[in-house]
Parts: sequence; C-alpha cells; structure tokens
Amino acid sequence: MDRVADRGEPIISVRGLCNAFGSQIVHDNLDLDVYAGEIIGIVGGSGTGKSVLLKSIIGLIKPIAGEVRMYGLDPHELDPEKAMELDCRWGVLFQDGALFTSLNVAENIQVPLREHAVLSDLLMDELAALKIRMVGLPEISATKLPGELSGGMRKRAGLARAIALDPDILFLDEPTAGLDPIGAAAFDTLIKQLQQSLGLTVFLVTHDLDTLHSVCDRIAVLADQRVLAVGTLEDMLEFDHPWVREYFHGPRSRAAGIGV
Amino acid sequence: MAIKASFQINDTGPEWRIYFSGNWTVTLLDDVDSLVRDVVIDPGRPLIIDLTQLEAIDTAGAWVIYRFNRRAGEDGHTVTYEGMGEEHRTLLDVVAEYEEYVNPIPPSRSPVYRLIDGIGRTVVESWYDFVHSIGFFGAVLLVFRRAVFEPKRFRGVSLVHHIEYAGFNALPIIMLISFLVGAVLAFMGADILRDYGLEVFTQSLITHSFLREFGAMLTAIIVAGRSGSAFTAQIGSMKANEEIDALRSLGLDPMEILVLPRVLALVLSVPLLTFVAMISGIVGGGLVAWMILQISPSMFIAQMLASTDMNFFYVGIIKSPFMAALIGVIACYQGMRVEGTSESIGTHTTASVVQSIFAVITADAAFALFFLKLGV
Repeated sequence: MDRVADRGEPIISVRGLCNAFGSQIVHDNLDLDVYAGEIIGIVGGSGTGKSVLLKSIIGLIKPIAGEVRMYGLDPHELDPEKAMELDCRWGVLFQDGALFTSLNVAENIQVPLREHAVLSDLLMDELAALKIRMVGLPEISATKLPGELSGGMRKRAGLARAIALDPDILFLDEPTAGLDPIGAAAFDTLIKQLQQSLGLTVFLVTHDLDTLHSVCDRIAVLADQRVLAVGTLEDMLEFDHPWVREYFHGPRSRAAGIGV
Repeated sequence: MAIKASFQINDTGPEWRIYFSGNWTVTLLDDVDSLVRDVVIDPGRPLIIDLTQLEAIDTAGAWVIYRFNRRAGEDGHTVTYEGMGEEHRTLLDVVAEYEEYVNPIPPSRSPVYRLIDGIGRTVVESWYDFVHSIGFFGAVLLVFRRAVFEPKRFRGVSLVHHIEYAGFNALPIIMLISFLVGAVLAFMGADILRDYGLEVFTQSLITHSFLREFGAMLTAIIVAGRSGSAFTAQIGSMKANEEIDALRSLGLDPMEILVLPRVLALVLSVPLLTFVAMISGIVGGGLVAWMILQISPSMFIAQMLASTDMNFFYVGIIKSPFMAALIGVIACYQGMRVEGTSESIGTHTTASVVQSIFAVITADAAFALFFLKLGV
C-alpha cells in the first residue's frame, strides 16, 4: 500500500465539477486538489454545497459534468469490483454518525470488517475494542446501541467505523457540529492524533472556526458555486472577498483567536 | 493481487526467528491470526521478530504482531525486532498505546440463557403493553369527554382527513376482498349443501355469515393492517423526530391533536365500511348462486328478505365501532411507544398490527358469547 504517496501528486483531484438539483446550480466548474497527508478544511455558507462536494468525491452523487479522480482513478468509471476496492481506501463520517441503529457499536465497527475481510470472531472483537479505545470511547459502549449514546459518542463511534479498515483518506462531514466546546476541542485533538498516527489524509467539511484554526493544514472556501480560495489560514486572512473577510474577521473568528 | 499475510519460523539458528511477510493489512489477514495465536514459542533462545519482508501493515496487522510480542514477553522471552521501518514502529506504538484497554468484548450468553431470557422479557413486556393500552384507552376517553364539552377540540380538518384516508380510500380493497370471500363461500357452501340436497340454503349461509360475522371481521382485519399500521408509523416517526415533544412544549396535547382524530375517524368510518363489506359479500355470493345454482337475483333477494332477521344485521354492525376503537387505540398507543430509532418504528408497527388483529378477534368472540346469551 502506498500510504506515503508522493507529496507532489494530488490524491484527490476534482476538475470542472458541475452539480445541480433541478434548476438550482450547486457547483459550476469547481476545481480542487487534495494532497496526501494533509488535513484540508472545506468551509462555506449554508447551502454552498459542501456536503454535495464530499458526496460527489466519494461517488454517492454523480456530477452532471466534470471529473473526480482519486489516485488518478475516476470512481464513476470503474467497474463495480474496482470501485469497491477503492471504497475501502477511504472512510466517511456522516453528520450524525449514520450508525446502523439495529446494531451495537462493536457490530457497527465490524460491518466493514465482515464484508471486506476474513477474520476470526475473536480478532474482530479485539479490533473493534481497539478502534473504540482509539476514538476515546469507554469500552462499555461496545455493546450499546446507537440510540443509547449521546451525540458526541455517536460521532466517535461513527469515526471508529470509518477507520475500521485503516483507510488512507478520511472524509468528515461537520464532525464538531452539535458538540459542546470541550467535546469539540477533544474531537479536534482526536482527528489530529489519528491523522498523525495512521498517516491519514483528512477531508473535513466544517463550520467550526476553532477546528480550522487548530487542525487544518489548508482551507478551501466554497462560494459562488466554486472553490473561491485555497490556502493556509494566513492566506485566508489576507484574501479579499466580502464573504471570506466577514467569515475570517467576524466576531466569532476573533473569539476563536483568528485574525487578532 | 497483493500478497497475503504470512509468516515463517526459523528455529535452526542460534536464535529463534519469526519472519512476518506479505501484506499485514486487514483485508489480507485471513486466518493468519489464529495461526499466530497457535505458534509455540521455543524457550531458551533469543527471540527475534523479523519485519524485513513485510510489505505493508495497518492497525489490524500491527495488533496481531503486537499481541504475539506481548505473549512472548509474558512467557519471559526477550523480544527484539529486526528490519522495523518507521511506519511499522508508528503503528506498533499506536496499538501498544491502546492495548492495555483492549479486552475482547464479553462473549454473549449461551443460546439457552438467551431463549429463556427472551421469553421472560416478552411475557413482562406483553403484560406491560396490555396494562398500558388500557390506561391509554382511558386517556383517549378523557380527551374525548373534554372535547364533547369544547367541540373546537375535535380538530375537524384532521378528522376529515383521516376519514378520507382510513375510510374512503379503503373502499376498493374492502369491496374486492368481501366480494371474493362471498363468492368463494358460496362455491364451497353450495358444493357441500348439494350433497344433502339443501343447496337452496346457500343464500342463508351467505347472508347470515356476512351480516353477523364476516362483514365486521373482514373490515376490521383489513383496517388494522392498512390504517392501523399507518397510524403507528406516522405517530412513531413523529415521536422519533421529537415532534411529539415539540407539540407538548408548544402547549398542545398530542392526544388531542394526533390520537383523538385518528381513533374517531376509525370509529365513524369502520361501521360504514362494514356495511359496504356486507353488501359486497352478499353480491359476490349471490352472483355465484346465480351462476351455479341458477337462483336468479330477484329470487335471491326475495328469499333473503323472507329468511333474514333484521337482528343479524344489527349484531354485525354494532360490533364494528368497538373494533374500530380497539384498532385505533392500539395503533396510536404503539406509535407513542416508539423510541428514537428506525428499528423501533418497525417493531412497534408489527406489534400494532398483530395486537389489533388479536384484539379484534377476541372482541368478536366476546360479542358472540354475549349475543348467544341474549338469544339474538
């Protein structure tokens, strides 16, 4: 496995992406590159298509034009078997965890293991317990159903399922939304930790300025149906666009210690 | 295709050496885990774990290797790694960091235990359900009484909507099923009665059974399956979505807004549906009688009017509002019991249909005994 891919080659490259729902255009000619080993944060106002971008990259939404390449391959053009192999190379954390409600946490983590690997039940239990600890959940939560967990714990459990197959890329859709500041900060630390220890590339859709500040290597701003700007936080602070200025220089960003 | 995980042991040299090779990643581990578990470590020599031939590793592979290392350590061997790359070290460190917490998930209980446990839970649950449905029925009656004194609480729009949905829209299916059952009953009945030369009584068989029993029963069962399940799913998904809590927080009573219109809609429309079911069943039976027994429609009607006691009709129709109330209350009660998950909605919808059909049949038996004692 080429976990340590060339820094120079983007592992995700989006070119000329167009998405529309009916007459409402979400993306128009959108370009974006993601490099191996980085944490990229995607920001943008509500309804600018951040989640749609994430879903087009992982192949859940077929764009009306443009191409998405991961490791140089277009998931929409691969035959199903190859596409499935590619699926195993990324993990996704959906907004509210999207855990299967009829399965407990350990079984949720074991779903991809059961499907894609041939492992003994004992090893599968050990691996589930390992991932549960890695995302900072108490061990007792292994046998709990998603309905019995708090929102923050559900997200952690969702993250444990996302890293079950040791993916190269982790897609996170608003991981800290709905968490209290302490929980959100702990989640940020967790993402950073996992990224470093597992050598992950992280694609992070967020609204959380603290997350952008503390976790992201680069930030991409979605506005006007395309990627308006990509760069470090410092680049964003100097970028001259009304929305970007308001976002990064507003009262909330000052509170987050950005732009002071 | 990537090379699967494997290992070799070389114990001929001065040290005991284990080579891990191939891809130690989760999809390529296969049964190597149990083989590693079963390796007998030869004591008395330095133990070397050789990773030079390792192609790739992830946390799953690192865990298996680390666990081997730990077992050797517990047996008192000194373990040294050879050919450990940066990536190997990181992952082995990661699993080591979390290992002290990793205990296998406690094994589930034996099947016998779970069977008995399950039976016990079901019994307790059923009793709880039974008692609470009665409580819920009482609550619906209280809301109804309050609405009688304050008619604006009847929520006319909602009531009419549910009458249309649960009553009017159910007409085609109820007519069709009653018609077919009537026709089949006439066929089978005529066939048997003919053996005794009594085929003229086919008419009585059909009219008596449809007026007294089948009209009400068929309607109740169809309504339980069709509308009862819908009520449970509607209220249940509102409960799961916290809409019920939202109603309460806005000072509105879900019993009054959601439950009462549904129960009343059934109580009002099921008797009408029952009437339609009776007519359809008799028409179906009459057509068959005409076809195979050559009893003309006019003769059929004349015979029916001569031989049928009006009480038969009353016996059948008087049951239907009670059955409707049972179905409505059970369906809404089950909807209110949904808890948060999509699976819970499924469970309670099933319970709703099963319980309301059971309740309807039990009620019918009670009515039959009652009317028998009354002599009607």
